[in-house]
Amino acid sequence: MRYIWLIPLLPGIGAAINGLVGIKYFSRKTAGVLACTMMAAALAVSIAAFWQLLGLPADARAVDVVVAQWIPSIPLATHNGVVGMFSAPWGFRLDPLSGMMILVVTGIGTLIHVYSTAYIHDEPRGGVARFFCYLNLFCFFMLMLVLGNNFLVMFVGWEGVGLCSYLLIGYWYEKKSASDAGKKAFITNRIGDWGFVLGVFLIYSTFGTLDFRAIQNAAATMPIESMHFGVLSFICLLLFVGATGKSAQIPLFVWLPDAMEGPTPVSALIHAATMVTAGVYMLGRNAVLFSHAPTVMTIVAFVGVLTALMAASIGLVQYDIKRVLAYSTVSQLGYMFTAMGVGAFSAGAFHLMTHAFFKALLFLGSGSVIHAMGGEQDMRKMGGLKKHLPVTFATMMIGTLAIAGIVPLSGFFSKDEILFQAFLHNKAIWAVAVVTALMTAFYMFRLMAMTFFGGYRGPAWEAGGGHGREPAAQAHDAGHGAHAAHDDHGGGHPSTGSGHGGHGAWHGPHESPTPMTFPLMALAVGAIVAGFVGIPAAIGGSNAIEKFLEPSFTASAVQLKLDATEANGSVRLQPDEAAAAAEHDQEPHASRNVEIGLMGFSLLVAISGILLARKFYVTSPEISDSLAERWAGPHKVLSNKYYVDEAYNATIINGTFGAGKGLWAVDRNVVDGAVNGTGWFTIISAWFSGLADRIVVDGLVNLVGRICEEGSFWFRKIQTGLVQNYALLMLFGVFAFVSIYLFMR
Amino acid sequence: MPITPTHYMLLSAALFIIGVIGVMVRRNIIIIFMSIELILNAVNINLVAFSAQLHNVVGQVFAIFVIAVAAAEAAVGLGIILAFYRNKESVNIDEMNLMRW
Repeated sequence: MRYIWLIPLLPGIGAAINGLVGIKYFSRKTAGVLACTMMAAALAVSIAAFWQLLGLPADARAVDVVVAQWIPSIPLATHNGVVGMFSAPWGFRLDPLSGMMILVVTGIGTLIHVYSTAYIHDEPRGGVARFFCYLNLFCFFMLMLVLGNNFLVMFVGWEGVGLCSYLLIGYWYEKKSASDAGKKAFITNRIGDWGFVLGVFLIYSTFGTLDFRAIQNAAATMPIESMHFGVLSFICLLLFVGATGKSAQIPLFVWLPDAMEGPTPVSALIHAATMVTAGVYMLGRNAVLFSHAPTVMTIVAFVGVLTALMAASIGLVQYDIKRVLAYSTVSQLGYMFTAMGVGAFSAGAFHLMTHAFFKALLFLGSGSVIHAMGGEQDMRKMGGLKKHLPVTFATMMIGTLAIAGIVPLSGFFSKDEILFQAFLHNKAIWAVAVVTALMTAFYMFRLMAMTFFGGYRGPAWEAGGGHGREPAAQAHDAGHGAHAAHDDHGGGHPSTGSGHGGHGAWHGPHESPTPMTFPLMALAVGAIVAGFVGIPAAIGGSNAIEKFLEPSFTASAVQLKLDATEANGSVRLQPDEAAAAAEHDQEPHASRNVEIGLMGFSLLVAISGILLARKFYVTSPEISDSLAERWAGPHKVLSNKYYVDEAYNATIINGTFGAGKGLWAVDRNVVDGAVNGTGWFTIISAWFSGLADRIVVDGLVNLVGRICEEGSFWFRKIQTGLVQNYALLMLFGVFAFVSIYLFMR
Repeated sequence: MPITPTHYMLLSAALFIIGVIGVMVRRNIIIIFMSIELILNAVNINLVAFSAQLHNVVGQVFAIFVIAVAAAEAAVGLGIILAFYRNKESVNIDEMNLMRW
């Protein structure tokens, strides 16, 4: 466990090699194998570390490893005037929460790396190495984020994953929409990061340290701010602003659907399984702080559940297969925040894990579909793909059932835990969450129905066209052109002129190669079994995940770690202990029947959602069209995503532009005017000054010269050079003086 | 009729005036030098006359000095005139106007 710093470092090395050497020299295969090897190695180290962690007693499962001192110690004042010695080590912390996260990141990351080797195969050679460089770099930063033991290391990861997200969304940077989406994601994330970094500043100012353990211990002794909005509430609110940016919650969720411009494995890894859960992870990491700020917890819960509802309702009417999944991701993230907000930190983290499996599965499956359709993403041009893509269909079906919450797949247990906790906490939140669950089941099955069931609606293809060596059939060309118009990943980059340039002509939907189907199957297994670690007690399980994760959310565990002698729970359940703990204490008191009833109810909701979608999109598709016509207004609002982008455009973006233009006008008129005015004034005054110089000063000098010249013109005439003249003058002078002398005497 | 200092002074003044007029009006440098000698000798007459009158020998000593200085001056002046003559082939004072502007 002393070597956990290797876990982020290995992908980092892979990124460095691929980035520095690979882009120029590596073949596609070398780059892919290198990246996959590094991830697999990181996975192996993670599993080993996790195994060792499991071997420790439950109360001691928190290990800090300091690799090196980053910022030694510099004096920095905190709010009460105390000068703390600010220091930040390159420290890593393995505890149940980060242990779960590293398994998710490295496990799913490895699978997605393998998947990418096939998915990205048609790219130009350097592009493949660049892609794997970015992907490895992302894993490096993500693992830094989850393993860091202080806010500064976390912040490095936090910013790094944002950077990688930007790089990967804009991977096909020649395509304007992709580069725009990258910028949008980056800038939106910056807004969130602004809140996050302010929160970190406030934390340092309040606690004088950035170490998670120290902050938890300090915060645990502070009173719960249930009646007032104190410093802890401010910290939590600012941190939550950061989380809304990274995890795509209201009001900063707009970047995530656009992020689907990136390659599909990227969407699966970054924008479904790992990076977007960073906000949830960060809330969980600071559960003690949040427990002391009930007001902010309420805000978190409501924002989460509203995001869940809003995104799910948008997902109902989208036609782009990846966008449906994107809104589904936003919606599920909303669930996680709801869980965090009602104090069910373990349930949120549990859902994070199960969601990572089934959403990565769904995204990779959609990637497989898109691959099969030669780049087509519009579900209206799919349909009936079940027989062409059997593996993809089967695995995606498992993922769909999991996200819909069908027993006994993973989504059922985690979502049900959240619903149960929400029910205990606030019935209104629970009701909205249930409606969202209905929508989730509906839109996911709608996606499946439009893609895999019914008749084929896509472009025609030349059956058995024999690798395009024969003179191209006209029909084939027409069909190809039609699909290339909607081509997402083919048309954008130069090397492959159309959809599947690397494979020659497109031969209709076909199952993906093994490197793509294997991760699908592996994730499908994960989506099935991941929930079994959290079977609730009400139906005979042990809810192992909750017991496992619980120490990460309370300060007592770390205190116990610090001082092993008072290990036996003396500090465990103080009155001002985390609300999370209190919430879980209620659990035994809550009726078992209520929980089982809720489970049955949500199962019913999920099944009814599926049946509804089946009725609308499989048995009688005309119903959905007539409904869309009857409810044209709401349908239009949903199709246009509640006009949020337009509203942001109209207010914030245009406001910014307007302000910029205004400032420019001020610049141009006032500042430039002042500068130009000064310039003119200088020129004019210089002209006058020159005039004075010329007339007065030069005039005086010339006057003196003229006087001398004129005077000498007359006076030099007595200078005859004749000695006798001089003598005569001298004689006159003598006469004159003598005469004066004589007369004046 | 006894010879009184008045007579000496009249003689001296006459000589002086003749010398001054000579200096002023003649063009030949040699003549001008001679006129300067006249002026000096007018002074000498005065000195010697008052020396005899007052029975004081200092006047006569002074006259000797003046004669010595006059001799030296004549030597230098004649040297300058010779040099000038070699340049200009003339001793006309009107041509000695090198000090003019």
